[in-house]
Amino acid sequence: MKPQPFTVHRGIAAPLLRRNIDTDTIIPSREIQLVSKQGLGDGLFAGWRYRTPGSRDPDPDFILNRGAYRDASILLAGANFGCGSSREHAVWALGEFGIRAVLAPSFGSIFRNNCTLNGILAVVVDEAAIGRLDDWVRADPRRNQLEINLENRLIAWKAGELLAFEIEPANRKLLLQGLDGIAVTLQQASAIDEFEAADRVVRPWVYRLP
Amino acid sequence: MPETLFDKLWRIHRVADPGQGECLVHLDRIFLHERTGSVALLSLEQSGRTVRSPERVFCTMDHIVDTRPGRGDATSVPHGARFIAATRDSARRAGIRLFDVNDPRQGIGHVIAAELGIVLPGMSVVCPDSHTCTLGALGALAWGIGSTEAEHALATGTLRVSRPGSMRVSFDGCVPAGVAPKDLIVHLISRFGSRAATGHAVEFAGPAIEAMPVEGRATLCNMAVEMGAFTGLVAPDERTVRYVRGREYAPTGGLWEQATRHWSGLHSDCDARFDRELRVDCAAIAPTVTWGTNPEQAVPIGSRVPDPDSFADPHQARAAARALKYMDLAPGTPTDAIRIDAAFIGSCTNSRLSDLRAAAGYLKGRRIAPWVRALCVPGSSSVKRAAEAEGLHEVFRRAGFEWREAGCSLCFHAGGESFGGQRVISSTNRNFQGRQGPGARTHLGSPLTVAASACRGYIRAAEPIA
Repeated sequence: MKPQPFTVHRGIAAPLLRRNIDTDTIIPSREIQLVSKQGLGDGLFAGWRYRTPGSRDPDPDFILNRGAYRDASILLAGANFGCGSSREHAVWALGEFGIRAVLAPSFGSIFRNNCTLNGILAVVVDEAAIGRLDDWVRADPRRNQLEINLENRLIAWKAGELLAFEIEPANRKLLLQGLDGIAVTLQQASAIDEFEAADRVVRPWVYRLP
Repeated sequence: MPETLFDKLWRIHRVADPGQGECLVHLDRIFLHERTGSVALLSLEQSGRTVRSPERVFCTMDHIVDTRPGRGDATSVPHGARFIAATRDSARRAGIRLFDVNDPRQGIGHVIAAELGIVLPGMSVVCPDSHTCTLGALGALAWGIGSTEAEHALATGTLRVSRPGSMRVSFDGCVPAGVAPKDLIVHLISRFGSRAATGHAVEFAGPAIEAMPVEGRATLCNMAVEMGAFTGLVAPDERTVRYVRGREYAPTGGLWEQATRHWSGLHSDCDARFDRELRVDCAAIAPTVTWGTNPEQAVPIGSRVPDPDSFADPHQARAAARALKYMDLAPGTPTDAIRIDAAFIGSCTNSRLSDLRAAAGYLKGRRIAPWVRALCVPGSSSVKRAAEAEGLHEVFRRAGFEWREAGCSLCFHAGGESFGGQRVISSTNRNFQGRQGPGARTHLGSPLTVAASACRGYIRAAEPIA
């Protein structure tokens, strides 16, 4: 499946700055009811977003239920965002809600890979910079939008201010071009065949199963 | 150039370096389960692609399958039967081996992959499940992935991976009596934090690990991901070889000889350099329990829940305050004063025969407190049979525990069975908000701690045996 390419994105950013927000919180297991990558947006942050479990009665205290943040497409998050369960449903739910990018000091590794493979940019931004973005965004979230440019790895925020970020070249390429990773790897099918032919001699027990 | 164990495993499985900092890594085994594997198989089919090497792909029913006695496809999880049916159909069409609901080999993927000899030392294995790192206990390169990566793995037999850093945690000194592998790993995470190993493959080493049976090593490696690790690893040794020998899918005859020769080279060279090193003195570790909503929020049993104001880091202080509010605990509460409603023994962390023996050893001749509901869920159907052959099921039942069929069960709440609103002492790996049910308050501890706490009705370490 080809993800949506990510080149430049401008949008409202919502701060969710607590650390260690796990994928159980991003989408509780009880919200995963279909063998599908779809139908998950309503379950996003269900434990925080709704007043009671299973209901769809918005909790006005939760940030994504408040004013401009309802239209957020960027999350400013705390360290270790997306730790815990590998469930890719967390990323599918974020995508369905409309999130295109998450900025955090660090991420759960599997979650971050899942983001990249689904066209969502997960950018490492240090805590101090997240704090500055947070102050600025909160002042007027609808007007103070972030513009993330993956091509030149810059986040434009208040007038004239640019924040540079790093990203692995491979992930950047995947996101910019919206590549289907399987198709890319299958171009190396002969290298895989050769590896296995040689490996069968060295480690035959791996391949010979009862 | 001296190599770490991880360096060697990486080298053995490197197919190509496609550039841009990535490595194409060969996968010897792929494991799936009905929760996240089903959607990977379905999506692969819909894309018109096939599984490259179905004979090296295995699937189990563990996450959604019911664990109540007499189970079938019906499950308390709303729409759970969809996941079971979809997995069964896709597995059949893909030609992969499935350990179905009532297969005698069924169980939690990370438990059966080891006990059936499907995953062996030195192998690479992935599963769309974060606790795949459990299998690092065998000296395998095992890591958790998402469903899209699983699809890639199935279609190509490889994954493109950015190489993680290397890290070693040395457990020095002697482990005190009554201190379990679970206490070691929760202590480690509480001391160094839930991001201490982010982006690293962690090798657990030192005298305490050398003396530890493979099942204990599995508990340690299982929770490597709770400190952010790419995976956990223990170098295979004589204990590992003894563990693997004679397992259903383990090699025999000449292949066995060849395999064991290969495994004997799988250890970190003595002068190998790690990107990071941590040391822990085991003698200073006590039975440990979590008080918060992340595994790093833990203290020795018998001490007090911390005061958020005692944290120098304002983030940690705020996190502690939020966690205490959710956990309904006052700062400074002695752990001994925490009254529990429920007790759970199970999960890929602590559901193997040695875990059940440890708990049953305590429960023999005892009863759980009258206000406690307690469950024991063996990690596999094979563990269950072995435990029953020793009469452990009778010990658990007489003590007041429910004795279940194998599966992940109440390690997490998927909409069916629930510890909602209850305080639970649990041998699992995650004490996240709502993990075991809406409003459930989870305290992580070893199986022995769960047994002792269930009997007292309050969080307690087992009394030392005189």
